Amino acid sequence: MKRLFKLSAAAALVATLTMAGTVDDVKKAGVLKCGVNTGLAGFSEADSKGNWRGLDVDFCRAVAAAVLGDATKVKYVPLNAKERFTALQSGEIDVLSRNTTWTNTRDTTLGLNFAGVSYYDGQGFMVPASLGVKSAKELDGATLCIQAGTTTEMNLADYFRANGMKFKAITFDTNDQVDKAFFSGRCDILTTDQSGLYAARTKVADPSKYVILPEIISKEPLGPVVRQGDDQWFNAVKWILNSVITAEEKGITSKNVDDAAKNTNDPEVKRLLGIEGSMGANVGLSKDAYKNAIKQVGNYAEMFERNVGVNTPLKISRGVNALWNKGGILYSPPFR
Amino acid sequence: MAVYELKPTKQPPLSERGAIAWVRHHLLSSPLNIFFTVLSLWLLYMIVPPMLNWFILDANFAGNSKADCGGGGACWVFIREKLKLFIYGFYPASELWRANLTMGLGALSIVLIALERTPRKLKVALILLLPVVSFILLDGGIFGLSHVETSQWGGLLLTLVISFVGIVASFPIGLLLALGRQSKLPIIKTMSVFYIELIRGVPLITLLFMASVVLPLFFPEGVDFDKLVRALIGITLFQAAYVAENIRGGLQAIAKGQYEAGSALGLTYWKQMRLVILPQAIKVAIPNLVGSFIALLMDTSLVMIIGLYDLLSTVTLASTDRDWLGMSTEGFVFVAIIYWILNFGMSRYSKSLENKLDTNNRN
Repeated sequence: MKRLFKLSAAAALVATLTMAGTVDDVKKAGVLKCGVNTGLAGFSEADSKGNWRGLDVDFCRAVAAAVLGDATKVKYVPLNAKERFTALQSGEIDVLSRNTTWTNTRDTTLGLNFAGVSYYDGQGFMVPASLGVKSAKELDGATLCIQAGTTTEMNLADYFRANGMKFKAITFDTNDQVDKAFFSGRCDILTTDQSGLYAARTKVADPSKYVILPEIISKEPLGPVVRQGDDQWFNAVKWILNSVITAEEKGITSKNVDDAAKNTNDPEVKRLLGIEGSMGANVGLSKDAYKNAIKQVGNYAEMFERNVGVNTPLKISRGVNALWNKGGILYSPPFR
Repeated sequence: MAVYELKPTKQPPLSERGAIAWVRHHLLSSPLNIFFTVLSLWLLYMIVPPMLNWFILDANFAGNSKADCGGGGACWVFIREKLKLFIYGFYPASELWRANLTMGLGALSIVLIALERTPRKLKVALILLLPVVSFILLDGGIFGLSHVETSQWGGLLLTLVISFVGIVASFPIGLLLALGRQSKLPIIKTMSVFYIELIRGVPLITLLFMASVVLPLFFPEGVDFDKLVRALIGITLFQAAYVAENIRGGLQAIAKGQYEAGSALGLTYWKQMRLVILPQAIKVAIPNLVGSFIALLMDTSLVMIIGLYDLLSTVTLASTDRDWLGMSTEGFVFVAIIYWILNFGMSRYSKSLENKLDTNNRN
């Protein structure tokens, strides 16, 4: 066993040494290896033609556009929850964009770095409207449908204990089974991450018969992850994420980005789009790296509305994912 | 004088012939049977009409979006829209003819191999050539074919590729292991027994996890072993152990006299095996072998856990499409039908093979 540890430690060391220039590696390979979910509505899914799409997928495309100048040069590596971190550590992928919650343990003990938050999720509750429940505090004695072996289960037990309430949990193996059980009336309440609740609600003929309660009982900040030990790549991914958020704040979209590059007087926009300064070169990218990401994939609002927004079947409103100056908590440090 | 006159045979009474008799004898012969008949009819009444409604009468066949599906029935539109994904996975649309050609060649070869009239040499050539030709066609990179990465293979195509490779590659390895286990040489015997018992003591899912999660940690960076190849090796090694045990069952069923007869004729070990023992042993082992091949075909769906999209996982993936949420039932029914067709086909073929090889000589 000791030998095994030594071996893996050696492998990890070799990995870190040889993988110190992911930016160059990606440029040399001409393709970005991006880890995504094996299937999650709105975040990482395949359309009928077999093309990947979703919010997490769009971030992969933005990184490819910034680093390689072409948003299509992505190799999607679908990963399940168990293999995602290994895939990153072993160099099978360059960046993990797979609805991964940023937690202390993951950030500090797995040899990983979280490059920011691309979606603020949190665990919520959905109940049939006919139940007449307005708040999660009224749920004492309820029966809940949950997925086994997830943090959902732990959060739930904590919340109910903290509020002195009792509950009965029915656990299922997959997300789909949980949803089916809830809609066939096996339990009173469905609980999972809010984005999951919205996805579940589209599965019934009349979604208005179900309401999502206002309480959020856990923090689930989801974001892209990179390997520890390559600060340039970490910075590049972090600032690509910041660039799409800043673009929304400045009103730069995929449609008007060329216009803005020519006509803007805002120095921060000039720096963002590479007209002035060396924001791209600072992380080993080209001058117009961020501009390419915005032009080919869009700003954060465009990504959000295209994949999970109110005009998609998921119908998720911006909520906490709105910009900091529009009532949300989405905030990018300045391009300065 | 009384003349004996042959009287025409009377028909049995009405209650003893025709449909009525059949019903009386088979369905209503005792109170217990009457009870079971009524129970079965009631169950059929409870099950068949709702199923018929869901599958056909209330089902939706026309349209191209979820909005076209209403009522309580199945939404077969979903299957039609996603069919390409289910069959080819992420295989590029412009190269689909290659996948079609491969599957066509595969089907043709299987028919040719199954036919008795086909010359033996052609059969051997087919078995040896098919994997090579299929690989060149699917993977490309030479003869002007563009390269298609294995991560893009998927759906039914991938299920067939994995099952085929698993079955074809595991057979010779399994055969050698079975012979090794019977061997009189202690080292070969010990190694064979060790291998077989080690692999059989581990679930396939564990092997796949080892191949996909643990192995890459030991490779130096840059050595990127194809995920599909890793899975194929894992499945072949796994299946070989089971094939070995099935063939060993066959070998042990052969009477000692056959071995002795072979030796008496002065045959060498390999000739004795090839000409006398194995033809008989494999014949005995066929039902078990096919049983384990059917199990393998269904086990291939486990590759889902290492992020490969076989038939079953493309269906799971398709049901997370935001435009088609809630369609997993239709998808799973579709998968069940395909698996059933494949397995039933294998099972019938094995039955016909058994009949063909049956020499009424049960050793």
